[in-house]
Amino acid sequence: MSRITATFDKLREQDKTALIPFVTAGDPQPDVTVPLMHTLVENGADIIELGVPFSDPMADGPVIQRASERALVNHTSLHDVLDMVREFRRSNSHTPVVLMGYLNPIEIMGYAEFAQAAADAGVDGVLTVDIPPEEGSEMLAALRAQEIDPIYLLAPTSTAERIRRITASASGFVYYVSLKGVTGASNLDVEAVSRKLAEIRASTDMPVGVGFGIKDADTARAMGRVADAVVVGSALVSRVEEHAGDTPRILASVGELLSTMRQALDAP
Amino acid sequence: MRLTELPDAAGHFGPYGGVFVAETLMEPIDELRRAYEKYIQDPAFLAELDADLQHYVGRPSPIYHAERLSRELGGAQIYLKREDLNHTGAHKVNNTIGQALLARRMGKTRIIAETGAGQHGVASATVAARLGLECVVYMGEVDAARQEANVYRMRLLGAEVRTVSSGSKTLKDALNEAMRDWVANVDNTFYIIGTVAGPHPYPAMVRDFQAVIGREARAQIQQMTGRLPDALIACVGGGSNAIGLFHPFLEDEQVAMIGVEAAGDGLETGHHAAPLCAGKPGVLHGNRTYLMEDSDGQIVETHSISAGLDYPGVGPEHAWLKDTGRARYVAVTDDQALEAFHRLTRIEGIIPALESSHAIAQAIKMAPEMRRDQILLINLSGRGDKDMHTVASREGLKL
Repeated sequence: MSRITATFDKLREQDKTALIPFVTAGDPQPDVTVPLMHTLVENGADIIELGVPFSDPMADGPVIQRASERALVNHTSLHDVLDMVREFRRSNSHTPVVLMGYLNPIEIMGYAEFAQAAADAGVDGVLTVDIPPEEGSEMLAALRAQEIDPIYLLAPTSTAERIRRITASASGFVYYVSLKGVTGASNLDVEAVSRKLAEIRASTDMPVGVGFGIKDADTARAMGRVADAVVVGSALVSRVEEHAGDTPRILASVGELLSTMRQALDAP
Repeated sequence: MRLTELPDAAGHFGPYGGVFVAETLMEPIDELRRAYEKYIQDPAFLAELDADLQHYVGRPSPIYHAERLSRELGGAQIYLKREDLNHTGAHKVNNTIGQALLARRMGKTRIIAETGAGQHGVASATVAARLGLECVVYMGEVDAARQEANVYRMRLLGAEVRTVSSGSKTLKDALNEAMRDWVANVDNTFYIIGTVAGPHPYPAMVRDFQAVIGREARAQIQQMTGRLPDALIACVGGGSNAIGLFHPFLEDEQVAMIGVEAAGDGLETGHHAAPLCAGKPGVLHGNRTYLMEDSDGQIVETHSISAGLDYPGVGPEHAWLKDTGRARYVAVTDDQALEAFHRLTRIEGIIPALESSHAIAQAIKMAPEMRRDQILLINLSGRGDKDMHTVASREGLKL
């Protein structure tokens, strides 16, 4: 059983919602990332989504786009990101790590070589924003061969047929994009999300995470009532940006926000 | 599959093309594909398009025999397909008319576009004004500065121009920003992509709207000279004017096809925009194609004197025409393009766009080595009025 599935099984027994923070690897400096990952775990992260910087992050809003730009000032590459995961694994063997990014850096490394290197580093899941299942059979085979969970996005625009197709390709969990827009947008509609989650659950028993638009304790709690996991990205990355250059303050500020979300999710 | 039958149902040209976008856009893109496949065969739609191309754009555009230039070069006869004479001054309008009519049939009330040199933005703002559609144009800050007049033209036409300050602040970043807008506003918004790149069906759809160039030129050159040309030459940024000219000639095996990329300061300097000549395959902006990228897969900044060629990717059909050998791709430097710009202006009284000047420069290289009874057909894709400031500032003048 994958580390991701085991994590969700355990949370389900405890009747808890998973909290999945996202940070961009190498932002604002390469040496911040591993300490930040540990801080996330200490403040309630069940799974970590680690963004792989890309020069043209089309599906991201300005906050995460700027995080990519900061990371690329130091040329943080996919190889560097895998090294960060390897270092994180030296003292954490239980928290699943999902890489989230775009296809081109993987394409240039080669699918099989990437999957092997990711598995060796201790990566548990890979979410590639711009490769739908229609184009993804080769990549999917490479990930499965290394027992890495392929994580896919579902969107408000996904038809019933697409939901079936995507959930058939995915494992670990699926990630529902709660709104039409890019990361960091703010027009969240819990009712609409709840209806769509029911539709998704009709096709799969896999846990469903919800992200895009979750920015504080209130939005986390509201989403936590309907989702198996909540993903928070831009709100945390904004704090990294705010304190760039002062690593202790980054860790304190990100940790503080995440722990208020954890408490909100766990409150009866 | 024959080249003329491509792309396949999933939008592939050999290993290139396809649909590489985030899930939110998959259904809207499929909706667009269905509408495009329906209307491209609908006689009423095609009649409306033809009428607009004739009465609004001014088609057919003529072919012109550049006799003085041909004589001076002492070789092949040079014929120019005069897309510079279209309404708005370039080939771009052929496509924006088609897509805007499609947008209206799909019930979309708002159009968005990205632009580099500003020609596609102007062509989009123009059709939006005519059809009464709201229009937002994304343009990189660097491009907006070097194409100030076009920014003003778009605003006069009622479009909102949003300058983009992320990344390299040029065409690719404008495209990223337009995609983000589209994701957030898919319900009422139609994204008019200006070139033969992007996710399927854009490369096929834009080609089909631009192929009017090659269909006309193929008939015109035969009427004027009694034969087909020996070679076609067109500049390639994303590649829409080139594909528009090439496509109707694909099965004429005796006709060579040469696409001209921007070599900028020279391919050896790395400061260029020539992915087919000096890049490698990858995935960007919804399709697999040749890209300018570093060894980590990050897209690198490009350079060309012409904003319209300043793009790190290229249409997937060109990638496949290169690999199959049906077309050949070369590159011309900023200096060579400028020299061609001046030469055509002084000898023929035609001021070409800096983009099109790259194609002229290639003709200037090739013609002297050919016989006088041979024919080069060049796509003069746009006029140079928009480039006055760029050319003047290269010469130390301020207008």
